[in-house]
Amino acid sequence: MKGLPPVLITAVVLVAGFALCAVQFPNIASTRVVGNLLTDNAFLGIVATGMTFVIISGGIDLSVGSVIGFTTVFVALAIERWGMPPLVAFVAILALSAAFGAAMGAVIHVFDLPPFIVTLAGMFLARGASFLLSTQSVPITAPVYSTVSDFALRLPGGGRLTAVAIIMLTIVIGGALLLKLTRFGANVYALGGSRATASLMGVAVGRMTVKIYMLSSLLAGIAGIVFSFYTSAGYSLSAVGVELDTIAAVVIGGTLLTGGQGSVIGTFFGVLIQGMIQTYINFDGTLSSWWTKIATGVLLFAFIVLQQGLVALARRPVVKRAGAVS
Amino acid sequence: MTALLPRRGLAQILALIVILAVDRVVSPQFFDLRLQDGRLFGSLIDVLNRGTPVALLSLGMVLVIATRGIDLSVGAVMAISGAIAASLADSHSLTVVLAAALGAGLICGLWNGFLVAVLGMQPIVATLILMVAGRGIAQLITEGRIVTFSSPDLVWLGNGSILGLPVPVAIALGMLILTGTVVRASALGLLIEATGGNARASELAGVGTRAMILAVYVWCGVCAGLAGVIAAADIMGADANNAGLWLELDAILAVVIGGTSLFGGRFSLVLAVLGALIIQTMNTGILLSGYPPEFNLLVKAVVVLAVLLLQSPKLSGVAGVVTRLRRTKA
Repeated sequence: MKGLPPVLITAVVLVAGFALCAVQFPNIASTRVVGNLLTDNAFLGIVATGMTFVIISGGIDLSVGSVIGFTTVFVALAIERWGMPPLVAFVAILALSAAFGAAMGAVIHVFDLPPFIVTLAGMFLARGASFLLSTQSVPITAPVYSTVSDFALRLPGGGRLTAVAIIMLTIVIGGALLLKLTRFGANVYALGGSRATASLMGVAVGRMTVKIYMLSSLLAGIAGIVFSFYTSAGYSLSAVGVELDTIAAVVIGGTLLTGGQGSVIGTFFGVLIQGMIQTYINFDGTLSSWWTKIATGVLLFAFIVLQQGLVALARRPVVKRAGAVS
Repeated sequence: MTALLPRRGLAQILALIVILAVDRVVSPQFFDLRLQDGRLFGSLIDVLNRGTPVALLSLGMVLVIATRGIDLSVGAVMAISGAIAASLADSHSLTVVLAAALGAGLICGLWNGFLVAVLGMQPIVATLILMVAGRGIAQLITEGRIVTFSSPDLVWLGNGSILGLPVPVAIALGMLILTGTVVRASALGLLIEATGGNARASELAGVGTRAMILAVYVWCGVCAGLAGVIAAADIMGADANNAGLWLELDAILAVVIGGTSLFGGRFSLVLAVLGALIIQTMNTGILLSGYPPEFNLLVKAVVVLAVLLLQSPKLSGVAGVVTRLRRTKA
């Protein structure tokens, strides 16, 4: 289990942080707050799961925030203006976002271009397309939406595990299994370790690249639908900058941005840590919202330095052996 | 290399001419210039003026990218320096304001450079930290408000004119000449390119790659600081939330359009600035054409893709074969 130590550290930070919060504000340690934490960060958890695959494979996907924005607008317009049944609209947008991701993956592979710039173009494209659809916020009044928003499993202690939280948890667990137990997951790690080696070992690099970006965009599409459930509206400016929060969550979760190492569970913890900081600031009431950004930055720094140290430690014995031979 | 405009700049110049021509079609008075109160006015001047922040950012960014790095934090650094300039403007002299704002940019650059050069972090990760935290710091300085000021000195920096040119344009031009002289009149430019081309080989050949990397991030921070001051001076206030928002992407785009590879190595300052002007000419053109500004992003996406495909190693491989065939024939 290569990725385990950073995940453990993330888990410790999460638990310790939560304990600290709970000491200061005993009310935080309730199923109500935890339930809300899961609901509020559901879309982030979903899109971060996809980003984990991309980053482990050695890439990056800057387009996810825009895909979420586009999805909310598309779904809202499809249901409210074009009269599509919600389910058809969902299938259509998921197919569209999967195709979008596949196209980005194909461009990255076929033309041998840096993912950073290709997905940057994808970010502009998806955001621009959602502006074209509508610059107004479009409320969604379909009955499905109120049904889904009202649905929740009662937790002991008065908390509610909402439908969107359940969708997120399902996707996180599914993603973790896909990454750890399947050939697809193994190939993702192989690609991130070394593209050339993976190719020599028989991994179809091109097909994998397309699939990975397709997965990321597909999950961003699902996150967009969840986001529209959460806000009951579609707005072209929604989820601006979410790609940053997502990447931060993945890094805090112990995934190496250079690829080859990481886990979906770690990412999930990373999402929760960010949500926890937000919750703490809300509870405190005197702290301003920008402390969230600063705290996230500090955490990012701490985790990256930690990873840097771990990588250096892992490399040391190799250097010694090489020295002994020569 | 000695010439400021290498042969590879042809595509960018052609692109600019084509976009200018399109702008002329959508807006017949596009090339009109008039002199009023000792300052030139017109769409062209407008393009230069609006393009200044990205042009300044691209000056620093192109050096960072030449070392195979990237700086995602420049937008946040703009917000920080703008916030500092706006908070100090009404109580301190212009010298103090500039020193504080540029000093903040320098410190930000030093931080990024330290993470990349000394701690050996991946540039995209290292600068992500300041990109996330920087905007928070800027809001800390402005206490979450939009700080306005009325200091005539600082306002002049954003809205005044020198020899008929808007001050920001003159500053950007000055910075281009200064940066160009420093890196091209000395071996510095070559050493930066060597660092980006192959850091290990350069290190073995005696290039102080760490110092080079540190220096380019510091310069990038200073340029971002200056861009932040100008952006704040332009609107006579600092908005920590929106100042420089997403400009890091425009700056990277400008550098890429300018033909500098994201994989480091050869760079061109002039072409990077030209890239910034191409982006701005496009933006202004869309605005003048009466299309909703929402088209901006779509057009930008198409341009990025086109430039990328032109620069793709695979496609240029094909182009390389063609030119080689031609040469052998000749």
